[in-house]
Amino acid sequence: MAQIRCIDVTTGYGSHVVQEGLNFEVNAGDYLCIVGENGSGKSTLMRTILGLLPVLSGNIEFGDNLSSTDIGYLPQQTEIQRDFPASVFEVVLSGNQASLKKSPFYKKSDKQKAVENIERMRISNLSKKCYRELSGGQQQRVLLARALCATGKILLLDEPVAGLDPQSTEEMYSLIEQLNKSGITIIMISHDISAAIKYATNILHIGKLTFFGSTEEYIDKRSDLNNAEVVL
Amino acid sequence: MTAMFDKLTQYLAFDFTKNALIVGVLIALCSSLLGVILVLKRYSFIGDGLSHVAFGSLAIAGVLNFTNEMPTILIITIFASILLLGGTKKKLSGDASLAIISVASLGLGYLLMNIFARNRPNLSGDVCTVLFGSTSILTLSKSDVIISSVLSVLVVLFFVFFYNRIFAITFDEDFSRSCGVKVKLYNYSVAVIIAVIVVLSMNLVGSLLSSALIIFPALTAMRVFKTFKSVTIAAALISVFTATLGILAAIVFGTPVGSTIVAVETVGFLIFTVIGAIA
Ligand SMILES: Nc1ncnc2c1ncn2[C@@H]1O[C@H](COP(=O)(O)OP(=O)(O)OP(=O)(O)O)[C@@H](O)[C@H]1O
Ligand SMILES: [Mg+2]
Repeated sequence: MAQIRCIDVTTGYGSHVVQEGLNFEVNAGDYLCIVGENGSGKSTLMRTILGLLPVLSGNIEFGDNLSSTDIGYLPQQTEIQRDFPASVFEVVLSGNQASLKKSPFYKKSDKQKAVENIERMRISNLSKKCYRELSGGQQQRVLLARALCATGKILLLDEPVAGLDPQSTEEMYSLIEQLNKSGITIIMISHDISAAIKYATNILHIGKLTFFGSTEEYIDKRSDLNNAEVVL
Repeated sequence: MTAMFDKLTQYLAFDFTKNALIVGVLIALCSSLLGVILVLKRYSFIGDGLSHVAFGSLAIAGVLNFTNEMPTILIITIFASILLLGGTKKKLSGDASLAIISVASLGLGYLLMNIFARNRPNLSGDVCTVLFGSTSILTLSKSDVIISSVLSVLVVLFFVFFYNRIFAITFDEDFSRSCGVKVKLYNYSVAVIIAVIVVLSMNLVGSLLSSALIIFPALTAMRVFKTFKSVTIAAALISVFTATLGILAAIVFGTPVGSTIVAVETVGFLIFTVIGAIA
């Protein structure tokens, strides 16, 4: 059973349809890259999978004991966070907020989990630092550590390397690769086709034409896809 | 100096001074806690708009000849707050509509008071009191004290119990929603609490100055402190300290309570700005 299966999904905002007829599935351990032009609806699709936006038509099914709240999410950064007074530890700890259902305070195990994920992202030295004073790359790692607190199964990453220098980009990719190797499913939005081809097992291309298939299939069809889009 | 001190001890022996201090500190405490959320969400101007709405509803309550205005003001202000905050997700698109609501409430409120209360002996004095708070030490009724205390304690409890949630949702609403947190319910609760605090603080500093009580401590704390916990605690302490100092100074110098508190808060803000710049 797939972890996530999208059947004929239409995404959009109210009456404004962004994408129609999306069909794809994600299995445990997959590394799916979502590619497409600016404004093609990648973030919209991700927000729909997360349940932040309603599915306009079609169906998104969750399997493998996964529900839409078991997903770790790395958003495209919002403006509000840029001058928010918060320590790295506070931000990462908030990844455990689903477990606040039972009590108003975090448990010891939640704090332990935050510490572990901070170590996993190799930012232990920053733990007490102020989030807003970190570099873009460091901030992304903090948010990734937070996402890891929310899930051990699947991560949705919206342009995790946007704005990073080449070296931080490489480091970010290799961190994500390690997470994938440790068994976490990855769904990543990216504009970096070469990275998508290098790391992904599957690729979803959205735009005027949609494509879903393995990375090998994508490489075969890629030039056709691009030509067709130009014609359309 | 001793004369001042004598005056203070003399005043402090009175119940109404004690009441003013208790209520003042409680209101200052919960305003500052809420202020942390508002400032971080960039909603600081909401407090200002709502205080004008509160002023307008006070005029309506007066026109309708209600003896106790508190319930009317609370209801209208809560309604306005939910309307303004409830629907929006992140950014308030309607700061223009907020401006209209707030200016209209202020204007209409004053107009209503003028038309329907012409025979009142001291209209402009009354209006001034509503806008800027009482000129001398507060003369709170027993029920004011009880209502204010109960509501303040509830707000503080809300803040303590939902502290972690508040941080998470204020920092990143989408992430919270993706974790299955009921963000809407929380936003509505915050909208109601804002309204309650605006109305409460009107008692203390008047409607024009109530948003100072809300945003000043948070902004002051953020000059120096850099984690959410330290900002929250510092804002609460700063607020309690400046309110106490302001009320005592108002007694000693015979100045209006509201503006004295705001003056003290302004000095505090400047001091923290300097400390923040040096550190
Ligand atoms: N809140 C919104 N309300 C209405 N329409 C929106 C909203 N957000 C985005 N859109 C529209 O939906 C479309 C898809 O936007 P989306 O953000 O999903 O694109 P994207 O593929 O993530 O682009 P990018 O690569 O720039 O991040 C765009 O045409 C955009 O104008
Ligand atoms: Mg996007």
